[in-house]
Amino acid sequence: MTAMPKWADITLIPLINLILAFVISGLVILAIGEDPLEALSVMIEGALGSSYGWGYTLYYATNFIFTGLAVAVAFHASLFNIGGEGQATLGGLGVALICLLIPWPHWTVALMAASVSAAAFGAFWSIIPAYLQAKRGSHIVITTIMFNFIAAALLNYVIVNMLRPKGAMDPATAKFPEATHLPSLGDILNSFGIPFAKGTPANVTLFVALAACVLVYFLIWRTRLGYQIRAFGKSQPAAIYAGINPVRITIICMMISGGLAGMMAINNVMGEAERLILGSVEGAGFIGIAVALMGRSHPVGIVLAALLFGFLSQGGAELSLWTSVPRELVTVIQALVILFTGALDGMVRAPVERVFLALSRDKSGTVRGPAE
Amino acid sequence: MDFLTILQILDSALRLATPLLFACLAGLFSERAGIFDIGLEGKMLGAAFFSAATAFTTGSVWLGLLAGIAASMVLSGIHGLASITFKGNQLISGVAINFLASGLTVLIGLSWFKLGGQTPALQGNARFSGIDLPFAEALSNVPVIGPIYAEVLSGHTFLVYLALLAVPLSWYVLFRTRFGLRLRAVGENPAAVDTAGVSVVHLRYAAIAIAGVLCGLAGAYLSTGLGASFVREMTAGRGFIALAALIFAKWRPWYALYATFLFGLLEAVSNRYPSLDLGAFTLPSQFMQALPYILTVVILAGFVGKAIPPRAGGQPYVKER
Repeated sequence: MTAMPKWADITLIPLINLILAFVISGLVILAIGEDPLEALSVMIEGALGSSYGWGYTLYYATNFIFTGLAVAVAFHASLFNIGGEGQATLGGLGVALICLLIPWPHWTVALMAASVSAAAFGAFWSIIPAYLQAKRGSHIVITTIMFNFIAAALLNYVIVNMLRPKGAMDPATAKFPEATHLPSLGDILNSFGIPFAKGTPANVTLFVALAACVLVYFLIWRTRLGYQIRAFGKSQPAAIYAGINPVRITIICMMISGGLAGMMAINNVMGEAERLILGSVEGAGFIGIAVALMGRSHPVGIVLAALLFGFLSQGGAELSLWTSVPRELVTVIQALVILFTGALDGMVRAPVERVFLALSRDKSGTVRGPAE
Repeated sequence: MDFLTILQILDSALRLATPLLFACLAGLFSERAGIFDIGLEGKMLGAAFFSAATAFTTGSVWLGLLAGIAASMVLSGIHGLASITFKGNQLISGVAINFLASGLTVLIGLSWFKLGGQTPALQGNARFSGIDLPFAEALSNVPVIGPIYAEVLSGHTFLVYLALLAVPLSWYVLFRTRFGLRLRAVGENPAAVDTAGVSVVHLRYAAIAIAGVLCGLAGAYLSTGLGASFVREMTAGRGFIALAALIFAKWRPWYALYATFLFGLLEAVSNRYPSLDLGAFTLPSQFMQALPYILTVVILAGFVGKAIPPRAGGQPYVKER
């Protein structure tokens, strides 16, 4: 017998986790001598109070949808892809090469080509860790961490020694040509007559991200491959007994995961910076872990969790602008969310389960043992 | 490259290997007891901040060292709570600890010192100074051995020697004591240890506490021995290099010394020669930075001697009912 109804697992538990994370963060703000409620209102005003704020919130959320989906797809196969950071870095390289080397006639074609390239580069970066996990039994967490660092070094080398324009000092590629610039969310909404602030980084990639959510939903719950991935994640021996090839599933699943992480680059590299700089991923690969945990690895949950973290990222930036609370507060909140939803889940779950057990006992009037 | 340059590189390799060695041994104790610890980085960072902050405020590096160890122990405690008591995911707990340390050190640092997340520079008794080993001066004129003794081995801070001492000590504790036997057993087959009437929970907490102390020493060394202040993100991936060294060493103390010294040497060489000219081709500095990670992946791939982790690693122990 499960003590808790499904809705409680999906909404109540993440909510309690979130409240715990916020309360502790509030205490941290109090400890450094600021007013937590005022900080919260600055964050809400800055991130959600204007279409300008929304333009940034949605931009960050787009990044987190991609990385969150990446982590979630791997989670379904019981794989922990901690390498989103490196895969998104490589995705950036894929986008930069496509945008710089080929003269595109229009941004629509460029976007399609860049998406494919970003996904291919991200997927490529997850093949070796996936192969080593599947064939040689080396732990995927360790190899993907190592590949994050290798990706950072590789990108540093490629940018500084190959892609940097002659005479330029800062480690970045040249600006992408005009034809590859993606229309911003402001441009799109204004053309429909909806007023929205211009000059914010949210762009057409948001819709690509939402489409990716739908695709991932169909992949995981409506296709044979998705069924195999979930079966493999639930029980490896059972999946193998049912004729599912573990090597194939591990590698394909990780390539999808890496591809999704890589596709983040069309948002931050092609949509926002319009050139490739060092460290452009800015930890979004890791925030994907929090997003996937919080969103219970379901696309709908991931969109909501990505919005939450988009709000935190933009709100945190506003916070450091207007108060003396630095934006690292967001890192702390993110850490606490990961801690409570991922690692200390049992601490929150057990008392809630007990409450539900007590409630169901009252209703039925009989005493139910835990064995039922 | 003359003899003196080689000595200087070896000297700096020893310095740079020290935090890696402490952290690697911390991981060794933790993982031998079956607790994955990817929070080494965060624990080091927390310890580095609190030891520098305390050393600056009190003017005593020893109090700083204690504060660093305490900070690292607190984070270890969170890891233990998540992975032992509440049987959560050890990897996710480690990730959370890394972020917690990364955010809190800057947050508190800005609030206390208002220097962009740094602590003020440490001077005098607020940092560890070098210890000249006996007869270093007198022996320096003896050919070959003299300069090695005087240049490479002598003149380091207390913590460097403590790290070197920690290697045989760890070996002794793990392989020659009853506690060590039980600790290793808990990492291989916790059910058997439980059947023998020994508490799995106590042993795992003990292992995590030792890891906390060692990470505390690693962090304290970074900010009060190697450097002279805390700088944000100053661990710069060292926790992960230590993790790599641990795999490289196949979870054995003496090999941990060799692996961390090798990685320290790589860092020292790439500090000295940003691009290493090997005549036929030039090794870029980025390659040198990535080399520890590449080597670890090669080792993990099992093509050069297979690295087999403790069998019960990463799994919370649940008593049978």
